[in-house]
Order: sequence, then structure tokens, then C-alpha cells
Amino acid sequence: MSTSSISSFQAAKKPLISSRTMDLLVHLFFLLVSATGVIILGLILVFLVMEGLPIFDKISVTDFLFGSAWYPTYDPPDYGIFPMIVGSASVVLVSTLIAVPLGVGTAFYLAEIASPRMRGILKPVIELIEGLPTVVIGFVGMVVIAPLLQNVFNLDTGLNVFNAGILLALMAVPTIASIAEDAIYSVPKSMKDGALALGATHWETICGVVFPASITGIATAVVLGIARVIGETMVVLMVAGGAAMIPHSLFDPVRPMPANIAAEMGNAAFRSDHYHALFAIGLVLFVTTFLFNLLASYFANKYRRVGEAI
Amino acid sequence: MLGSENRNRRRRNIQKVAFGILWATATLNLLALVGFLLFIAVNGISAINWEFLSEMPRNAMTEGGILPTILGTLYLSLGAILVAFPIGVGTAIYLNEFARDGFWVRMIRQGVVNLAGVPSVVYGLFGLAFFVIIMKLGVSIIAGSLTLAAFILPLVIGSAEEALRAVPRNMRLASLALGATRWQTIYRVVLPPALPSMLTGLILGISRAAGETAPIMFTAAVFSTAKLPTSIFDEVMAMPYHIYVLATSGTNIEETRHLQYGTALLLLLIVVVLNLFAILLRNRLQKRYKSST
Repeated sequence: MSTSSISSFQAAKKPLISSRTMDLLVHLFFLLVSATGVIILGLILVFLVMEGLPIFDKISVTDFLFGSAWYPTYDPPDYGIFPMIVGSASVVLVSTLIAVPLGVGTAFYLAEIASPRMRGILKPVIELIEGLPTVVIGFVGMVVIAPLLQNVFNLDTGLNVFNAGILLALMAVPTIASIAEDAIYSVPKSMKDGALALGATHWETICGVVFPASITGIATAVVLGIARVIGETMVVLMVAGGAAMIPHSLFDPVRPMPANIAAEMGNAAFRSDHYHALFAIGLVLFVTTFLFNLLASYFANKYRRVGEAI
Repeated sequence: MLGSENRNRRRRNIQKVAFGILWATATLNLLALVGFLLFIAVNGISAINWEFLSEMPRNAMTEGGILPTILGTLYLSLGAILVAFPIGVGTAIYLNEFARDGFWVRMIRQGVVNLAGVPSVVYGLFGLAFFVIIMKLGVSIIAGSLTLAAFILPLVIGSAEEALRAVPRNMRLASLALGATRWQTIYRVVLPPALPSMLTGLILGISRAAGETAPIMFTAAVFSTAKLPTSIFDEVMAMPYHIYVLATSGTNIEETRHLQYGTALLLLLIVVVLNLFAILLRNRLQKRYKSST
């Protein structure tokens, strides 16, 4: 090792370019490579706008967002996506109601109570759930949960808001649990010791000290979990039922925005109005998840500042 | 006196119940995963045999094997990681080794965070508009791989950065103090010990790309091909897309159930084994790193 590096330093005595220039070139190269992510993000936005905006020559933004009929192949066609927005909102709401208690509970158990052995089992379990292929989750929803719901509640179809909500919760729990756990775990031990020394039980310490101290971190986790669920495609495509109408009960079928794009893009002729309308839905989806991610960043920064103050 | 003892007992009982509930929420994850895996395994195992793995589909997809979908998924995920890994590692090197905190670095980081949050179906739209149409790649392995590469890039960057951060600062300083340039330091001192844990990002990236459906729906995957792909400009069949189509829009959904279970089991096996391998590798490396400092 030492001899080879010495000889290579000697060999580099009269290089074509000085090592200073070389370093600058290398620096520039990595700078360019690192721009790829931002460039892709920019390109995604550019293409969504470029391919989505033309639909607004045919229909106003308000009619698009709040129109209640989606019949892209009729003559004249209707491009109202309000039922899909409500569809997305309903599955997201149901899954959030299920996933937040489960995810946050799991996070507290892992960070505060679990033995090292239990942690050693549960952390990989959560990572594996996060990595499950979404199409297989959707498949299980079709062959297991749908018939179950149909029989138990005596429904016309088991493919509905509730089914999709359960499965999306399964996907949101790992995100919420792992990020919330980090936040809970990083509450300074001295704060907890203070409460315990004053005679509080471990549970009282968790409620009165750890929870308030980690609340912004938990909020970040929840918002990111919701963001993931909003954009999830395969599950809602396979188990939400596919009906583009406003649901009146937990067991009505819906057609969330990602499902509609995935289901119809294959049939939309290149640069037809239908094609542009689907890209416009993609733009709505992109902006929504972007805002949720921004909100998560906001909470995360706030949380960091609290941490620094302590 | 008696009252305070009663109160303490009540407080302890409340704690017991509360911890019981937390334990239940955490254990539910384990039950869900085990139940999920067992269900697919029990129903899928009978479909998997040599014919299933090695032959073309027959009789309008209702019989025969799924070889083209296996190869398609293999090509797509390997193509994706081939593109995403170098770019991801390069980005991590820049962020961790060259950059000073400032506007540009914050922009790159925020960009990567937001990229990770883009819905998978939006990647599909982007891939369709950019790779398939503008770059004239058509519905093809290359278009699908590039779309998947963009999709897994944030994940690869994240794990590569973690690997670089685990290399002690003193090693860099020692190398620089000996007169090595920054690039020599990165290349000879920082990268060698960081590479094994970058491998976890590589494996996770392959697994994530293999299991995704939405990004390849409009960019690479088709329901059926007459022959195996011979070039990167061919369209392909892929396992996730195959499961989706067979389970939702075939005319013989019930008739192909065994193929759906078989394909789901195989895909699940590939993804879970890769993930498990990456997790074990990372835990091993973390332990080694902890014991060496």
C-alpha cells in the first residue's frame, strides 16, 4: 500500500495537468452529477405542465377541479375530476385514521419500551413491510379482503373505500413508525430523567414529557405517511372499486386520482384532450404531494430548532 | 396513606394497560407481515415448478410458464440500478465530500427529498412524455429502466450518503495532511471502507425497481410479447405488471388464479430476500464499525 502510493505520487511528478486543476475538474464533475436529481424534478414539473395545460384551452380550471362528471370518451366529453379528488381524500382519510394510531403506537413501543431483542425483530419487520411490492398488496386486497368485506357486511362489492383504506394504512405505518421513532428516540435522556426523578411513572413520563417534546417530529412522520398514501397507485387501482362517483358510505367504490391515470393512460391517444386531461390530473397529484412534503420539511425544521435550543 | 397506595396501584395499572396497547400495535406489524407472506406462500407454492420458471406462456396466458416476465423484470431492474447507482453515489460524494453548506447544497437536498415524494404514477407520466416520446425510445426496456432509475435515485443517494458519513473524519484529515489531494483522499481512503455499505443501497434499489408497477406501465411493460426481448429497444413483459393484468382485466381471471399466485410468490420472494440480505448486511457492517471505534 505505502510503496504503491509513494510510487504513484512520484509518477505524478510531471503530470499533464497539475493536481490542483485535476481536483477542480473532479469537483466540477461531481457538481454536475449531483444536479441530476434537481434536473429530474424540474423535468417532471415541466412535462406535467407542458402536457397538462392544453386541456385548459377546452375547460376552465374550476370546471376541471369541481366538475362532477368524468366522461372523456363521450361526445361532447366531460372532464370533471371532483369525484376523483373526493375519492382520493376518502381513502387517504380512512387510511390515516387507521395508520396514525398504529404507526405512532409502534414508534413509542420501539423507542421507549421494546427490549433490544424485540427491536431487533420488529425493525426489520417494518422495513420489509415498507418494501412489499404494491401490486402484491393490491392482489391480496382483491383475493382476501374484498370477499371478506363482501360476506361480513353483505355488500355488492368488496372493492371499496374501506378496503383501500386498510391496505394503504399497511403501507403508511412503516413510514410513520420509522420517522416518529427517530423523533421519540432523540428526546434528551436528561428530560426523561427529570420527570422520573419527580416520581412520574414511565407511562406518565411518556405522556407528559416525551410526547410533547417529540410532537413536531411525529407530525413530520404523519404528514410524510399521508403524502405516500396520496400518491400510491397500484393499491387504489386494484381495490378501490374504480367508480368515478362521490362516495356516500365507507363501502362505496371510488376512483382516486392515481388509479384513474393508471387505468386510462393506455387508452388515451397521444396528445388528445383525454391525454392532456390525464397529465393535468398528474399535475394536481404532484402539487398536492409536493405541498405535503413541504409541510413535512417545515415541521422537521421546527423540530430541529427545538432540539438545538435544548 | 392508604389512599396514596391505592393511587399508586392505579397509576401502575394504567401503565400496564397502556404498554399492553403499545405492544399490541407493534406486534400487529409482525402479524400482518407473517400472515401476508404465509398466505401468498401457501397459495402460490403449488404453481411454482421448473416449467413455470423456464417456459413461455401458452394458450392465451392460461397455461405454461412466466419466463418472459422474469427476464423482463431482471432487465428493467438491472438497467435501472446501472444508471441510478453511479449517479446516486456521485451525488452523495459531492454532497458529503466536496460541498460547503450553502444555497446550492440546500437546493440539491430539497430536490432529492421532493423527488422521493413524487407519486410513482407521475414517474410513469414523466417517463412516457420524456423517454418514450421526446427521446423517441418508444415503449422499451431502456425507457422503463431510465424511468425506474429516476424513481430509485433518492433511495440510492440516501444510502450512499449514510455510507460516506460512517467513515471517520480523522481518516480524511490524515490523508489530506499527508499531502494527498481531495480526490486522492476520496478515491483511496474514503471510498474503500464505504463501498460495502453502499452495496445495501444497490440491493435495495434493485429490489424496489423490481417490485414497482406504475412507472413501467406506460414506458416498458406490455401484457404479452411473441418472443423474448433481444434488444434494449424491445418492449417487455414484467412480473408486477403481469400480476396486475391477470388479476384485473383478463377474461379468465379465475382460470389464471394459480398463475397470479405463483407470480406474486416469486416476485415477493425476490423482493423480500433482497431486502433481508440488505438489512442483514447493513446490521453487520454497523456492528463492525461500532466495534472498531
